[in-house]
Amino acid sequence: MSLYNVQKLLFQLNRDPAVRRRFDDAFETLLADYELTEEEQHALRDPDIGLLYVMGVNGQILMHYAALRGFEWNAYMEAMREGERKYGPVRTGLYTRAQGR
Amino acid sequence: MSLVFAGVCSHAPGITGRRDRADPVVRDAFYSAYDRMRQALEAARPDVLVVVGAEHFANFFMNNMPALCVGMGDHYEGPIEDEAWLGIKHARFPGAPELSMQLIQDMMNDVDLAYAQEWKFDHGIMVPLHFLTPRADLPIIPVNINCQGPPLIPLKRCYDFGRALKRACDARPERIAVIGTGGISHWPATPDSGRINEPWDREFLDKFLGNRREELLAYDDAETWREAGQGGLEIRTFIAVAGAAEGHTGELWFYAPIPIFAVGCTVAVMNL
Ligand SMILES: [Fe+2]
Repeated sequence: MSLYNVQKLLFQLNRDPAVRRRFDDAFETLLADYELTEEEQHALRDPDIGLLYVMGVNGQILMHYAALRGFEWNAYMEAMREGERKYGPVRTGLYTRAQGR
Repeated sequence: MSLVFAGVCSHAPGITGRRDRADPVVRDAFYSAYDRMRQALEAARPDVLVVVGAEHFANFFMNNMPALCVGMGDHYEGPIEDEAWLGIKHARFPGAPELSMQLIQDMMNDVDLAYAQEWKFDHGIMVPLHFLTPRADLPIIPVNINCQGPPLIPLKRCYDFGRALKRACDARPERIAVIGTGGISHWPATPDSGRINEPWDREFLDKFLGNRREELLAYDDAETWREAGQGGLEIRTFIAVAGAAEGHTGELWFYAPIPIFAVGCTVAVMNL
């Protein structure tokens, strides 16, 4: 699990236009710059927003990736719910203690 | 001259980004409250506005996360988010680097602070400024309290930061305004987005507006997390303002849960 690296990639993508250009033009080489597991690479590539949520990616980082990949707000909400149905509860991080669910 | 204005307000990105999806009656009442706050802020004739916010990984990341950071840039810009997504146009805001430096130097007698000469605003500061300084002409000093994930600064130290800010402002000739922006209960960017614990919010606001320090500092993060969501941890920004306005109580100008904005929408002002 290299959740930190997944979040770092997404943080830099949100923040840095140069990373954004690499995302557009050379996605695989961008991924290769971060130590990521197969599952993480898949989740980013697919993109599997629900799986990224279940992995524990902070929503304040993830919501921008979802928007960038064309998920409208309701679709983003639904993707997270779908992720929980498919992969189980959030594995680590801030949302493991989310209320009553 | 010291503090001439202190208040708090919400900053959720839906407030502007999903404006068309809210009940227009409640939304417009909320927007009017922001506008009333803008008028009160302008009437206080501040030279500078200190915004105590809780950003969401716009500038600070887990590689080097300050608990408390104060901006010292000669200008700032934002939003960092997509303009269409947030519903706010990109703008550049003047800073007040000299005054920042003086305040930081002085406050460091009481609290440990990081500083940043480069800072891009996310919705956490852009949403309040969109309403409060629509011409982007008032110099800004941003402050960030890490509320995104533990380890988090204890509430007591947030109050102490507010006290230190007040004391530092007292020593300056400038007219300084402060707003805090965060919380209150919400579960942003999760499948629970839209959930709001109104009774919890109202109880917190009662303690905040009464500026009852002991009761404010008695909140426990684990309990806040359970009752008010991870977004509830942003009460740190309100508590800093309470510290800056110690000895003064406040007035609630607006509170209503607006689920599509994903937060209990709040505008309140301290009577200084
Ligand atoms: Fe926030």
